[in-house]
Formats: sequence, structure tokens, C-alpha cells
Amino acid sequence: MQTHIYTVTELTQNIKDLLEETFPILWISGEISNLSRPASGHFYFTLKDEKAQIRAVLFKGQARNLSFRLEDGLTIVGMGRISVYAPQGQYQVIFETIEPKGRGALQLAFEQLKAKLAQEGLFDPSHKKPLPYLPRRVCIVTSPTGAVIHDMIQIMGRRCPTVPIQIIPVRVQGQGAEVEIAAALELANRRDEADVLVIARGGGSLEDLQPFNTETLARAIHASRIPVVSAVGHETDYTIADFVADIRAPTPSAAAELIVPERESLKTALFNLERRARTGIERTIAQLMQRLKSLDERLASPRKRFLTDRLLAIDDLHIRSVRALDRILAFSRERLRHYERTLSAYHPRRWIQYHRVQLERFDREMNAYMHKIIDDKRYFLRRLEATLTALSPLAILERGYSITQTIPDQHIVLSADTIVPDDRVSVRLFRGSLICRVERTLHGQDDV
Amino acid sequence: MAKMTFETALKQLEEIVAQLESGNLPLEEALKKFEEGTKLSKFCSQKLEETEKRIMMLTRQADGEVTETPFEA
Repeated sequence: MQTHIYTVTELTQNIKDLLEETFPILWISGEISNLSRPASGHFYFTLKDEKAQIRAVLFKGQARNLSFRLEDGLTIVGMGRISVYAPQGQYQVIFETIEPKGRGALQLAFEQLKAKLAQEGLFDPSHKKPLPYLPRRVCIVTSPTGAVIHDMIQIMGRRCPTVPIQIIPVRVQGQGAEVEIAAALELANRRDEADVLVIARGGGSLEDLQPFNTETLARAIHASRIPVVSAVGHETDYTIADFVADIRAPTPSAAAELIVPERESLKTALFNLERRARTGIERTIAQLMQRLKSLDERLASPRKRFLTDRLLAIDDLHIRSVRALDRILAFSRERLRHYERTLSAYHPRRWIQYHRVQLERFDREMNAYMHKIIDDKRYFLRRLEATLTALSPLAILERGYSITQTIPDQHIVLSADTIVPDDRVSVRLFRGSLICRVERTLHGQDDV
Repeated sequence: MAKMTFETALKQLEEIVAQLESGNLPLEEALKKFEEGTKLSKFCSQKLEETEKRIMMLTRQADGEVTETPFEA
């Protein structure tokens, strides 16, 4: 048996035939990684599990039918076939369809869209517009047939029959329904007749509610200038529309209750307000009447008014005078205090003290001076006394001289010529005197 | 009052009532407020009583024109 030698092409073709015939269709599960989408629009990725990996591709045409986005890390189940690409010597899975593993594709799509729109801020509370208290007109975007619109009309009619209702009929399920609903929202905004919009639909499966989970509708709700109430499905159904809407009503019936007030309770409230306004104005008027009455009474009795005025004037004067007195007293007290302070600064004690010291000093000095003068005078006197004593005739007499005097004239006799015999003379001696009679007079000097 | 809504009218009415109840208003002003309040109250009542063709349906015709027709539930 001769050994067959393959060419590369030949072998690859054999492998290709083998593989592609063995796996014309297969289901495979794995985790997406290395996802890339070149300009061609096809998705290329690697599908892997713990131990192996395989190249995979999803062509643009098939990708279009996917309700969710492929992303790295996503575990999927897909149907496809094995294909060998001869020029590269590579084999890969070409997928026909892919679904997320573990949960439904719609569920995943919902979560992916929700995350995307949340990140864009479409759900931000700051975008939420308040509903009007009493709507001018309500616009309901819903199916014109069926229980939903019927119930809503009934409830709104019961609560407040006067609010006009506008209905924009749309399909609420099936392919393209979201486009119709979005167009209805746009129409309502353009006409600007209603001041609240309700998107209503009864309960259904996730598939049924799919139009309310589309980006198209989400953006249309977000763009609405008129506040939008979403009322889709049952209480437990949450749709993307619920998150974007300004208010989510759990059910269409709840929305009907939410958007129109109960007219009867408003009427009661209004009635109460009217009554309170009347009571208020009546009380104001009653008070004014009372004041008028008292003014009138005073006006009617001028004498009494005169007296009252005088009494008031007296009271006023009294109060004013007491106040004035108080002020004067306070002022005087303050001045007194000032003078007291000033005075104590000039207290005579200090002055006396000062002058006493001066005085004492003068006194001392004067005393000393006086003593000196007295001493001097005394000394002078002694000397005078001594001189006097020396000059005194008595001193001469002591030395034996005597003084002769005429009698009774007491002329001192200095010359014998003045005397004649028998004249009586007195002769004064040192001790005592002599009364003498002149015997004879001698006139010579030496005759004695 | 051309652009007034029920809600703003009601709010104003409430404020006026509160002022009237306080009893601090001079007569002239109290009377003016009362008159204003009466008007607002009347406006609100009218809003509650207003009747017109209630339920209409907007439909877009094949030519793209939107028509309004009474809705029969």
C-alpha cells in the first residue's frame, strides 16, 4: 500500500468536509471573550469554558435579530455550524442564533437598556415633571378597544366627569408598536391640548410588554414636554417606560385615579374655603364695627370726651413730669457726684497741711530771728547801760562830786555869780542831799 | 385670569382665606381680598362644572391628516 501524500489544500479540504459534515448544526454553550466588531458589522469573538476555546462569528444579518447586546463575559447558548476557513487553516463556529444562558434574552435586553439609560440620566428625578392638580385635558395613548380604556374612562368619569379626555389609538403590542406609541406622544406634544399624558396597557408577558421596553419609546417619553404617566401591565410589571415616565402608575385604573382629583372632595374643600373667607371678613367687619361704635360713643358725648381728654392729658403730664423730674434728679445727682469728686481733690485738709508746714517753718525762722534781734538788742542795751552808768551824774557823785541846785528852782549852779549870800541851795551828794545857806561867794577860780 | 389654572387659583384662594382669617387687614384691603377670593372660588367652581364634548379620539388619516372624532366606548 502506497503512502498518500496530501497537499495542504487537500488535507484542509478533507478536514473541512469532515468537520462540516459531522457538525452541520450544533448547539454550544460558552462564555464570550475577545469580542470585536469591525467595520463590516459582523461580530467576532472567542467562546470558552474552563479548558478550551473556540473561535466564533455572528454575521451582521443574524446579529440584527438579537434583542440584547453581545458583550464580553456573557455566557450564551447558541445554534450554529462548524466552518473551516482554509486560507487561514482555522475552524470556527458560525452562529445562526444566540441567547443568553440562564435568563431570557428579553430579560437581558431589558437590564442592558435599563443600565444604559440610567447612565445617560433618563431616569433622574430632576427630569420628573409634576402632574397638574386638575388637568385641563387628559390624553390617553392606548388601544381603543378592550377593558383598559373602558375602565379608565369610567373611573375618571366618576371622579371628575368634567375633565375632557383625548384618546390617541395605538397598538400596544407587537413589532413596531413602540414606534406608534412614540408618534402618539409626539402628536400630543405638538397639539399641546392635554396637560397630562397616559400610556396605558393591560398586563401581559415580558414579550407582550416588549414595546414598553424599547429605547425608542424611552426616548420619546423623555422628550415629552407634557408630563407622562406610565400605566403598563400589572402592579408587579416594571418596564423601561415606567422608569422614564414622570409618574409610574401600578395599573391603568390606578393611573385614572392618580391623574384626576375627586370633584366632590374639591367642591367640599372649595366650600370650606368660601365659608372661612366669609367668616374672616365678617369678623374683620365686626371688629371694625366695634371700634366704630366706641369712637361714635366718644363723639356723641363731647363733655365726657373733654373730661376724658383732660384726664388723659393730666395723666400724660403727670407721667412726663415724673419722667422729667427723674431725669433732672439723675442729672443733678450726677453733677453732685462730679463736684464731690472735684472737691475732694481740693479738700482744705491738704491746703491746711501745706500752710501749716509753711507756718511752722516761718514760725521757727521768725523765732530764731527774733531771738537773735533780742539778743543783739540786749547786748546793745547792756553796753548802753554801761556807758550810761559811766556817764551818770550819780556815778560822779559816787566819786565824791556833788551837784548844787537853787531852791526852789532847782537850777543847777554852775557859777558862783548866780548866787548871792544867804541864798539857799541844795547840794546833792552820792547819798542824800544837803540844804545849805550860802555864806559867801567867791569868784576866783582858785579860791576854794 | 386668562392663563390661570385650577391649582394656582385654589392656592391663591387658600392664601386669601388665611389672610382674611388673621383679621389684620384694613377694611379696604379685606374687602378687596374678599372680592378676589370670591372670584377665585367662582373660577374654581366653574372649572369643576365645565362641560364640553368629553371624550374625543385623535386619528391620523392615510393622507397624514389628524382628525378628531367622538369616542364611543
